[in-house]
Amino acid sequence: MSEKKEYKVIGTRPIRHDGVDKVTGRAIYGADFQITGLLHGRVLRSPHAHARIVSIDTSRAEAHPGVKGVVTAQDLPTAEDKMADLGEGAVNLKYLCDNILASDKVLYKGHAIAAVAATDPHIAEEACELIDVEYEVLPPVLEVRAAMEADAPILHENLRTSSLGETGDKPSNVASHLQHKKGDIEKGFDEADIVIEREFVTGTVHQGYIEPHNATALYNPDGQLTVWCSTQGAFTVREQLAEILQYPISKIKVVPLEIGGGFGGKINVYIKPVAALLAKKTGKPVKVLMNRADVFEGTGPTPASYITVKMGATKDGKITAAQTSMVFEAGAYPGSPVGAGAMCIFAPYNTENVLIDGYDVVVNKPKTAPYRAPGATNAAFGSETVIDELAEELNIDPLEMRLMNGAKEGDHRADGPVFPRIGFIETVEAAKTHPHYTAPNGKKHHGRGVASGFWFNIGLESSVTINVNPDGTVNLVEGSTDIGGTRASIAMQAAEVLGIPAESVNPTVVDTNSIGYTAVTGGSRTTYATGYAAYEAAQDVVKQMIGRAAKLWDVNEANVQFADGEFSSINGKEEQISFRDLSARLGETGGPVVGRATMNPAGAGGAFATHVVDVAVDEETGKVEILRYTATQDAGKAIHPSYVEGQIQGGVVQGIGWALNEEYIYNAEGEMTNASFLDYRMPTCLDLPMIDAVIVEVPNPGHPYGVRGVGEVPIVPPPAAIANAIYDAIGIRMTELPMSPDRLLKAMGKI
Amino acid sequence: MARKSHVQTTINGEAVEFLCEPRQSLLEVLRDELHLTGAKEGCNNGNCGACSVILDGRLVNSCLVLGVETDGKSVETIEGLAEPDKLHPIQDAFLENAALQCGICTPGFIMSAKALLDQNPNPTEHEVRYWLAGNLCRCTGYDKIVRAVLDAAAAT
Repeated sequence: MSEKKEYKVIGTRPIRHDGVDKVTGRAIYGADFQITGLLHGRVLRSPHAHARIVSIDTSRAEAHPGVKGVVTAQDLPTAEDKMADLGEGAVNLKYLCDNILASDKVLYKGHAIAAVAATDPHIAEEACELIDVEYEVLPPVLEVRAAMEADAPILHENLRTSSLGETGDKPSNVASHLQHKKGDIEKGFDEADIVIEREFVTGTVHQGYIEPHNATALYNPDGQLTVWCSTQGAFTVREQLAEILQYPISKIKVVPLEIGGGFGGKINVYIKPVAALLAKKTGKPVKVLMNRADVFEGTGPTPASYITVKMGATKDGKITAAQTSMVFEAGAYPGSPVGAGAMCIFAPYNTENVLIDGYDVVVNKPKTAPYRAPGATNAAFGSETVIDELAEELNIDPLEMRLMNGAKEGDHRADGPVFPRIGFIETVEAAKTHPHYTAPNGKKHHGRGVASGFWFNIGLESSVTINVNPDGTVNLVEGSTDIGGTRASIAMQAAEVLGIPAESVNPTVVDTNSIGYTAVTGGSRTTYATGYAAYEAAQDVVKQMIGRAAKLWDVNEANVQFADGEFSSINGKEEQISFRDLSARLGETGGPVVGRATMNPAGAGGAFATHVVDVAVDEETGKVEILRYTATQDAGKAIHPSYVEGQIQGGVVQGIGWALNEEYIYNAEGEMTNASFLDYRMPTCLDLPMIDAVIVEVPNPGHPYGVRGVGEVPIVPPPAAIANAIYDAIGIRMTELPMSPDRLLKAMGKI
Repeated sequence: MARKSHVQTTINGEAVEFLCEPRQSLLEVLRDELHLTGAKEGCNNGNCGACSVILDGRLVNSCLVLGVETDGKSVETIEGLAEPDKLHPIQDAFLENAALQCGICTPGFIMSAKALLDQNPNPTEHEVRYWLAGNLCRCTGYDKIVRAVLDAAAAT
């Protein structure tokens, strides 16, 4: 795929198909959904971080005027302590159910306990206050190192550490320990002229999507359950509902409405099963909405972590050994993204000797959920800071250090996979020659930093059907919910095949009854995998239309060719017909044409990014200002460059927030003290400069147009790049996130 | 349940009457009573700007205004911005600049931008950033939003 291909649609910047609905306020998001007879649900949440539930009395709430039903964990089918496969890896069913409505213990402040359906949301809220819960309060444990102590409060009496194939014999908060080995780590450190070992701590952060979770459920008397909601994956919602409610999957329809951001946080279900239980109990449709505090306290943030990184290099800059211990908080139930972090941490470098240990540790915080390249940002903060320090000690330009050690096609990661054609080196070169990196940087308390990042990307299942209209347009039906412009990027791939404009493809995202299985919008997979399915479905259309042209002209199909939107006869008759004109003649040539494709492509390819940032550190206040930011990234092939740039810019800014401001702040009782957008400080536009997104295109051999997923990797480098820039500005290595003004003032010895 | 009040107001140029409880915010009234769901609830405490509307010419978070307070006043919402066959220049600029991803914050940003351009038709980049700092977007990193507002200013 090395030759440059000329495309008509791919690489252009059409207006997105759902754009007008979204700028006029007409697009229907989950919370906007209305249906006759609607009741409103509200969830009661635990005020304690760790407690045993002694009793729950709902009688006063049930008697409150306007209340139509109350549910608790008693209304859930009794969950077995068994593993359920939900397409995104196996999870323990009891844990899954207990996180929906706690049955015996509450494990974090905000843990759902009961829910009320009433005629209006205020009555439901009032009724929640009338539910009497008696707790036996237990001491919480909030930090991974404390949770690993021998005398730590235990969250789950039945949890035993699973370590490298062995199972522990006593209760522990350490759910699992994984390891990846490559080469001989001791030999690697022996070969090094310099070895640097550092410890890093990162805070708990939230995805921060602007739209709170929502769900409206309806049980019909025939047993059909319909759930309208915003989600990253209607099919995974269907799977989770079937397992949690122990209900036949064929009787559940999930209708994905527009989604207001997710970033990984809208894959797991929270209130959707609750809405279903309330709908069943009341016989009415029930809408349950979270408020912002519910979102912070009751949905998955991404984990805090404690990471040690030790790396060695020869004096000419070759990295000979890389070792890490990564301890991630899982939240209340096992399942942090430490595995993904372990796959990513040293992936950009072809290092012969690597040892990676990862630990998944439960603490009294909400169960963690994926957040954009989950685990990789935590990991890169450690590894990319140590590489910067190695480069500095060896007096080598930090980008040159990356070029010298960078992974290429054929190199293999510590966890096994061999890289196909990848574009890491190209991102470093693009950064190194960018006017930003070559511009002078000499002012006092101004600094420049660089860092790189890797995310593996995923494929998974997608289905697409394409219906040809008589006017030469097509209707494209897909199951990938559109979080950031994927209707356009998927439609454009079909348009390219069919030789028609992007505007002639009408993409629609449909419910679980109306399209084949499609995995979540996550893992940077949608433009890659659903786009690939659109490409194949369009090829299916072309194949069928060739048959129609052959029939029309009474020639052999082999003698019809299709190029640039025109069918032509290449043997005998001199016939030609456009896609549009043939579309009008489908009835007479055999009936409608419907193209279809299902995929589970394996070649997602990896995504790499290299960032350059300039900062100013205010010595008086400890505030770090972002002066200039440049992000280079290998997109494989950018289908719609504006939305690729948008993914890069958005990911960078989330990374800036993670680096400088964002964290869950807890008191000793385990209560989050900043569960609002005022106190959990996400970047505003006033905090930022323009973000220069530089798209590098090294085609992915695993996709017909060379696409690589682009959504996740841009969040990976920023914390390390900013830490390295702060060091350049004031000579202090920051090893704890966020690098907030108070931490900088402490590091500078001012407080 | 509290007795409902009768409120007479103007929304997007049309006389509108509604009943609401004193505790209902303007955002609730718009969304749940009048089914104008273009204003979104992101935080319900004035920190995200997703519910931005213009009240008697002034930009407000509709979650921080009570429905009863709009009696005798004029409310502009996102639903009133476009003409039947023509988008408002700010809406066009958002589309041309790809200044939205998930789109949940978009109505609020567009209303904030309109309030800015109504009083300052030629803002600098810094003025745009200062004015829009009350609106949170988590998808775009703001780059394309700021460009869209500057483009809209240049186009009008």
